[in-house]
Amino acid sequence: MGTLNDLFLTLASAIRGLLALWGFPPLLAAAVVDIADFVLVAALVTVNIIVIVWLDRRVAAFFQERLGPNRVGPFGLLQSVNDAVKLLGKESIIPVAADRKLYKAAPLMIFTVTVLLYGFLPYGKGMAPVDPDLSLLFFIALSSMTTIAILMAGWGSNSKYSLLGGMRTVAQVISYEIPMAFSMLGVVMLSGSLNLGAITEAQRGVWYIFLQPLAFVIFLISSLAELARSPFDMTEAEQELVAGYHTEYTGMRFALFFMAEYGNLFGVAALGATLFLGGWQGPFLPGYVWFLGKSWLLVLVILWLRWTFPRARLDQMMKFNWKFLIPLSILNILLTGVGIKLYQYFTAVGR
Amino acid sequence: MSDSTTVEQEDALETQEYTLNLGPQHPSTHGVYRARLRLNGETIVSCESIIGYLHRGMEKLAESRTYAQFAPYTSRFDYLAGALNSWGYALAMEKLGGIEVPERAEYLRVIVGELQRIASHLVMVSSMVIDLNAVTAWMYAFTAREGILDLLEEVTGSRMNLNYIVAGGVTEDLPEGFTARAEKTLDELKSRLDDFDRLVSGNEIFLGRTRGIGVIGRDLALEYGMTGPNIRASGERLDLRKDAPYSVYPRFDFEVPLLSGGDSFDRYYIRLLEIHESVKLVRQALGAAPAGPVRAKVPRVWKPAPGEAYAQCESARGIQGYHLVSDGSVKPYRMHLCSPSFVNIGVLPVISPGLTIQDFVSTLASMDIVLGEIDR
Repeated sequence: MGTLNDLFLTLASAIRGLLALWGFPPLLAAAVVDIADFVLVAALVTVNIIVIVWLDRRVAAFFQERLGPNRVGPFGLLQSVNDAVKLLGKESIIPVAADRKLYKAAPLMIFTVTVLLYGFLPYGKGMAPVDPDLSLLFFIALSSMTTIAILMAGWGSNSKYSLLGGMRTVAQVISYEIPMAFSMLGVVMLSGSLNLGAITEAQRGVWYIFLQPLAFVIFLISSLAELARSPFDMTEAEQELVAGYHTEYTGMRFALFFMAEYGNLFGVAALGATLFLGGWQGPFLPGYVWFLGKSWLLVLVILWLRWTFPRARLDQMMKFNWKFLIPLSILNILLTGVGIKLYQYFTAVGR
Repeated sequence: MSDSTTVEQEDALETQEYTLNLGPQHPSTHGVYRARLRLNGETIVSCESIIGYLHRGMEKLAESRTYAQFAPYTSRFDYLAGALNSWGYALAMEKLGGIEVPERAEYLRVIVGELQRIASHLVMVSSMVIDLNAVTAWMYAFTAREGILDLLEEVTGSRMNLNYIVAGGVTEDLPEGFTARAEKTLDELKSRLDDFDRLVSGNEIFLGRTRGIGVIGRDLALEYGMTGPNIRASGERLDLRKDAPYSVYPRFDFEVPLLSGGDSFDRYYIRLLEIHESVKLVRQALGAAPAGPVRAKVPRVWKPAPGEAYAQCESARGIQGYHLVSDGSVKPYRMHLCSPSFVNIGVLPVISPGLTIQDFVSTLASMDIVLGEIDR
């Protein structure tokens, strides 16, 4: 159990030891381990997207009394691979009127951000590939970079539908970042750290979903908007804007947007699992299994919401954010602060 | 900051109106409808309907075919309610030539016609919710429609373009054991519809998207000559099955639902109510259908006396009228269709200024247009 838990850490130190034995300078050895980390993360991103796209389709089919993809590979698991390969073979069309540089850079940028997000996640005890003290802050900052990429795509395509999609994204994501960050603040106040690993450690006794139920709900709602998932998927809004910001994209460029969308879905779900569901903590199974399991559970919840609700209207959604969600998240911070002070007071009195 | 600079900044922020062509290739224009929208941001300033992309020259085609040969074409007008279209054409032919319809045939017409109305309304409610991105609810309604289409297939051999109701009666009698199977399907339909209703009708987001959106008042609706469920949602009880009864409708006990809001939600909800009434009608007709022939003898070479006839019936989208002019030959001299979708869509440019693109999509969906009968 212990060995399985530390499998990756053991592997990393084994590589380091081996490299030291061969006379590599420590800096180079660290670089090699970093590259190994990166390869692992990139593999995880890809595998995750395949699994989540498959999950999305199968869950949708289950909800809708259909079978869903079940031909390619076991249970249709390889359907997404098949689709990705198909998209690779498609022609990448660049509209004549497009701003070519922006148009080409946008899909690369959005997918890069997705991969980077995965680097900050604590997959297990001491298993965050990149582990700065402020990893939560890094995560939030990175995830808002996707807005720029989407705006680049919307503007660069030089199409009205794309532009409308891009503009909607900016309005929506920037507004919803506020309650999202505020909801995380409650957790940060409790744990006293902005480091994702430390936040997970602090949930040894009780998960924050029980101490911060309000924050969890706010986080879930605003993460839907942040990810542009239904019921807040105005940025794509196929019934209104055809495909929103990626209307003009074809082939692999489109696939990158698509993959980034599902990749970010897992990224945010994993953040939720870390902040509120105790991250990698759990009995019997290795930490990373718990971590992935909890994240996928949250992904399932998001998919469930998607297949249940119709799409909200942009202005109603904004109103909901500014007039309800943000005051509520501020109230949550206040309640948390008062709670912490009361707790400190009573424990002090108890002594 | 002085006042003048503020004014200058406001001037600099002045926005520009632009044109957006919504359609004819667009996921939610229900075919090839095209709206040329002038937009200020996402708000519609003006809207212009552009139709004709599905024009097949059907009315001209009628002039080069015999009366009976043209009958199958009629179910391609409003392809979601083919049987009801054929019904109107058959009525016009019967009026022109004075053809008597056997009693059993009238009952079968009601059964198939109302099943067709249910199927058509199910498409409407489901396409309405899919336009609001409620994908699962859409699937629920379409699964329910499958059962109805199976029944129609059993009777007519076809699922969409039935060509069942013809001048002088219907083409086939009901198959063996149809009543029991129909009752079972209708029971299933009810439970599925309840599921659908629970999932959609009370949903806060759905209400926010449809309540008070695209309101068509009673007067406006009358002014634009709207018919069918659309005007019944605006508070005018106009239904030919009650007002100018044809076939055997007076013998049945059914209500004409009426809502008065005139918004997208009422136009959606009245369809759900009408499905229940249609179920009632089908059940009654199944129970009461007398035995007998299902088709009167109409000569193979049918030459009605010179003259003209106009007949109309209540289609799934409103009053559908056929005008036939005979010059005494085997082919109609002129055939004209008065289609409800064409009339109903006329009001859209009037109500759309002030709506956002999102509202426009839900309003368009709630009008339930079929381009097949707008463009012909």
